[in-house]
Amino acid sequence: MLRKIALFIVSITFAANAFAASGNNSIQVKGSDTMVNLGQAWAEKYMENNPGGFIAVTGGGSGTGLSSLISGTCDIAMSSRNIKEKEITLAQKKGINPEEIKVALDGLAVVVNPKNPVSKLTVDQLAGIFTGRIANWKELGGPDEKIVVLSREVNSGTHVYFKEHVLRKMDPNSKEEFSPAALMLSSSQAIADEVAGNIAAIGYYGMGYISAKQKPVAIAKDEKAPYVEPKISNVINGSYPVSRPLLLYTNGAPQGLVKKFIDFALSKEGQDIVLATDFVPITN
Amino acid sequence: MRKLKELIVEKAILICGLASIFFVGLIFLFLLREGLAVFSFITPFKFLAGKSWYPISEPPQLGILPLILGSLLVTFGAAVISIPIGVGCAIYIAEIAPLRIKETLKAGIELLAAIPSVVLGFIGMVTLVPLVKSVFHLPTGLTALSGSIMLAFMAMPTIVSVAEDALYSVPKNYKEGAFALGATHWQTIWRVLLPAASSGIVAAVMLGIGRVIGETMAVMMITGNAAVIPRSILAPVRTLTATIAAEMGEAVVGSEHYFALFAIGIVLFIISFAINVTADLFLHKRQL
Repeated sequence: MLRKIALFIVSITFAANAFAASGNNSIQVKGSDTMVNLGQAWAEKYMENNPGGFIAVTGGGSGTGLSSLISGTCDIAMSSRNIKEKEITLAQKKGINPEEIKVALDGLAVVVNPKNPVSKLTVDQLAGIFTGRIANWKELGGPDEKIVVLSREVNSGTHVYFKEHVLRKMDPNSKEEFSPAALMLSSSQAIADEVAGNIAAIGYYGMGYISAKQKPVAIAKDEKAPYVEPKISNVINGSYPVSRPLLLYTNGAPQGLVKKFIDFALSKEGQDIVLATDFVPITN
Repeated sequence: MRKLKELIVEKAILICGLASIFFVGLIFLFLLREGLAVFSFITPFKFLAGKSWYPISEPPQLGILPLILGSLLVTFGAAVISIPIGVGCAIYIAEIAPLRIKETLKAGIELLAAIPSVVLGFIGMVTLVPLVKSVFHLPTGLTALSGSIMLAFMAMPTIVSVAEDALYSVPKNYKEGAFALGATHWQTIWRVLLPAASSGIVAAVMLGIGRVIGETMAVMMITGNAAVIPRSILAPVRTLTATIAAEMGEAVVGSEHYFALFAIGIVLFIISFAINVTADLFLHKRQL
């Protein structure tokens, strides 16, 4: 009996060792829902080129990715917003040094139903709509319909980015908030579906989600500036006012498989995948 | 030797029994420890009666009144829909239905209980939400009413099976006595069976409501999740459960937001505990 138990313990130890060894060849990538398709496309191509390494990509939101990085449950966090001071302090307390790598750009599209006559808005008007000050399409030259404001949940980097750059216009002292009546949807796809079926709805998401069922509006920085469509060329030349960097965070400088994967993402092939998934490559 | 074996089995079962209580205790302690920490940032009154929920702002605003009202409104709506239908169904199954229909109905209701809530939510999102929008001419169909209707489906199996059980366990001689006095079948059901089974039916309703208030996935998908105090059942609401589910991933461990979500957990725990205790009281009353 005793010998059996000893054998059992030994075999478990071996199994655990084997498991730990295989751990070196696999990494966890987690975070932004906006980036999850891109991350998966990278991972698939990378694994095709380099058999032996395993890369698992999951979504959950930028905040989810960063908190997993901080708690040590993922190797790379994908984020569509910059890491917060608070998160850095917390990470350092746990012995983790988040390192930021910019891998792509994304234009945020504001979309309405194709039947809605409104097709261009200023950033001020957008702030008015999403904070609830402008409540009827009539005020913007549209039909007499109550505006249905759609937003992402607070775990979304897109939500945070939109609040800081459109509602608060980058002013750190601004107290603007999304209207409490804004509907909080749990994914970009849910926003796309609601906009497609609701003539009074307005929502926002990464350019990659635009389809024929929604109409992206052209946006102007202020009343005097030209209205710019959310197009890849306009994001690259910097004329589209609502674009943001897509980031990867690692613990310290990337090493081993993490480094190889990130190098791949930044390579010509990786940046072609960025373009193919409707994001904007970073120009070197 | 046999006695020893008996003793070991007995103790093993005892440990199993105690384990569940032990785990509930641990969960509750953990919930308290994490949740009560929020009150070093905000007073309980401001937390429970605050009207703004902006957890990730600086400084965060953590008022959960809209969320409590949202949960109660959805639950109330679901109760109004599911109680009459559920109790009616139980009466039909227990008293009126012929054997074959009875078996089919019971199987159907068990099947309804087996549908995962995310599937119900998805079906609701595609079918019910557009319907509610066009029937009531609303700006959006993501409303408390949509949530209530979908949750009513979820509460029904519990209500029907417990209520049917209660009706079934009314002693046969009550019914025979009523018939002997010349009462019609309906009079017997309304005046004799229902009052005799009332405590069991109330327990059934309470258990159904308990299921509704704790439900998360379906409500998150179809109620719109706007943290505003609802003015009607045709407005979007955000429930306590959906808030925890949607925000737990984001909350930085150890932040005010994180503690606030656990405190919401305590509020939910207290509500469902109260509901279960009420149900239990009624169930025991029946046995006395």
